[in-house]
Amino acid sequence: MKSNELVLKTQNIEKYFYDPIQFKVLDNVSFEVYKGEFLTLVGKSGSGKSTLLYCLSTMDTKFNGDLEILGEKINGKKIDDLAEIRNQHIGFVFQFHYLLPEFSCLKNVMLPALKLGKYTYEEVEEKAYQKLDILGLRDQALKPASKLSGGQQQRVSIARAMINNPQIIMCDEPTGNLDSKNTNIVFDIFKQLAHDFNQTIIAVTHDNDFAANSDRTIELADGRVIN
Amino acid sequence: MRFPVNYDIAITHVVTRKKQTLVAALGVTIGVAIYLFMNSLSSGFSSYSRNNIFQTNAHIKIYKNDEISSPLTQHKNSVSVILNPQITTLSKTLINPNTLLDKIKKEPYITNAIAQVDFSAFYNRGNTQIKGSGSGVNMLQYAAMFNTPKYMVAGSVQDLQGNLNGIIIGKGISEKLNLGLGDNITVSSSYNVTKVLRIVGIFNMGNSISDDSKCYVNISTAQQFLKQGNSYVTTIYANTPDPDNTQPYVKKLQNITNYTVEDWKTTNADVISGDNTRKTMMNAISFSILVVAAFGIYNILSATISQKINDIAILKATGFKSKDVIRIFVAEALIMGLIGTTVGLCIGAILIKIMSGVYIGGPVGYFPIHFEAPIFVRSFVLGLIITLCAGYFPAKKAASVDPVEIFRR
Repeated sequence: MKSNELVLKTQNIEKYFYDPIQFKVLDNVSFEVYKGEFLTLVGKSGSGKSTLLYCLSTMDTKFNGDLEILGEKINGKKIDDLAEIRNQHIGFVFQFHYLLPEFSCLKNVMLPALKLGKYTYEEVEEKAYQKLDILGLRDQALKPASKLSGGQQQRVSIARAMINNPQIIMCDEPTGNLDSKNTNIVFDIFKQLAHDFNQTIIAVTHDNDFAANSDRTIELADGRVIN
Repeated sequence: MRFPVNYDIAITHVVTRKKQTLVAALGVTIGVAIYLFMNSLSSGFSSYSRNNIFQTNAHIKIYKNDEISSPLTQHKNSVSVILNPQITTLSKTLINPNTLLDKIKKEPYITNAIAQVDFSAFYNRGNTQIKGSGSGVNMLQYAAMFNTPKYMVAGSVQDLQGNLNGIIIGKGISEKLNLGLGDNITVSSSYNVTKVLRIVGIFNMGNSISDDSKCYVNISTAQQFLKQGNSYVTTIYANTPDPDNTQPYVKKLQNITNYTVEDWKTTNADVISGDNTRKTMMNAISFSILVVAAFGIYNILSATISQKINDIAILKATGFKSKDVIRIFVAEALIMGLIGTTVGLCIGAILIKIMSGVYIGGPVGYFPIHFEAPIFVRSFVLGLIITLCAGYFPAKKAASVDPVEIFRR
């Protein structure tokens, strides 16, 4: 459930695009995210919600303002240190699944954990099976990722995001490519992750039902938080 | 066996794209095989021509060089007056040669030294005359230095020892004059001394210059041809432990004697420069082929990276660092390179084996090509270094992929 433990905090984030002309995408964005919270970012296209998410993700470092993740200040850190933070603390789910086609589903789920290197191969394998189990994909584990249906692939990518038990899972239009049945499945999984496993979900979406059912919604317009 | 995750990914990429891997490896295979083969060939030819040189040349040669008359006035400010400059050397002999020879033999770095008397010889039979050169030597010492017995096709070097009427001639002379072992041959010198000598041996060195013109007689016979006494010696030959590094020994010997001290490299500068030219050309050509092969790896890896740009983005998003990405793709290049190099060495070895059995005739005989471990090692290392470079640049490009740009497309 939502607690008072802070996991992410932004202060006065602003960001410009310079090509083709200078344009302010994010303007004075400040908010806080708490542990176990299911947060959605909504807004019209071009409102800057995806841009904001990538700034929060530590992949985009070219912005002004302060970003704190798990009490640690992110600004000015080296790219490799940021990669380590993402590896340990942040899981990603995108509109497209981005699974590696040569690998089995299981291996795809395992890769971030193998990179983390905290557990042995066998332990990682066991954990990956558990995650796939939660998502109802245990029997698909050894199939190549390219042989699954779209909904299944998206669930595998959620399993991959969960493998290192990150504090935060960030999603960019996670249901954008899915039919309503699969959208509901994915939504329920997120809800379960936030409320049962106490993980924080930050999802960008333009699906109003999806947003309406989340714990909290932040609405952006023209780079500003309006709600 | 389990590899670290980076190499696991690299191996999976390489294995799932067998065709590209094999094409890239094939390029390296051909490059390495040709590099190995051409360098072995060039080295074989070098050692062949060097053996040829050492058939009749020692490492160091000491002789009296011709002196040209110098200007009559040598004062700084005066005009040099010289009338009809000409060679002022009256005799080609080394003065007191035996003392000099003993002195040279006592030097610690000299492994062997002999005295020799050279003269111009004319071999006659009936109206036929062949021009050539003769060497008066102590045949047993000479044979020990130049390994002459190896080239004897009839008779033996021992038969000349102490036999003042004996002569050893080249195979070409024997054939042209139709004279065999035990026959008599009329030899005259430029000093108009004519002798009838008995052929006690025939050699075949495999190079026409020696075989068609050279003969060996005893030192005193040669001195008689030159109408000289028994202290007349034209050349002293000396061997050193290391034929590739004769310069310091030349300097030391020059301190002992005033006569010209010359190493075999100076005497055979033309042969050596030809040799170096061939070596450089073969090296350049084979190296270019290897570089072209590396471009194959570069291309295939670049294509792989463009195709896998999504995979690279997600790997970076999930925590793979730039150096991990570089490792993945360099490892792929190295796997291709390793396969290619190994197969290339095998094919190169087979080529060498086949060529070493090919008879090209002439004095060379079989192709002068051998298995030489250092060239194998060099080909292997070079093959890997080149694939490493070919892999590094695309890998670096892959590492600089900005995941945000990919995800936002």
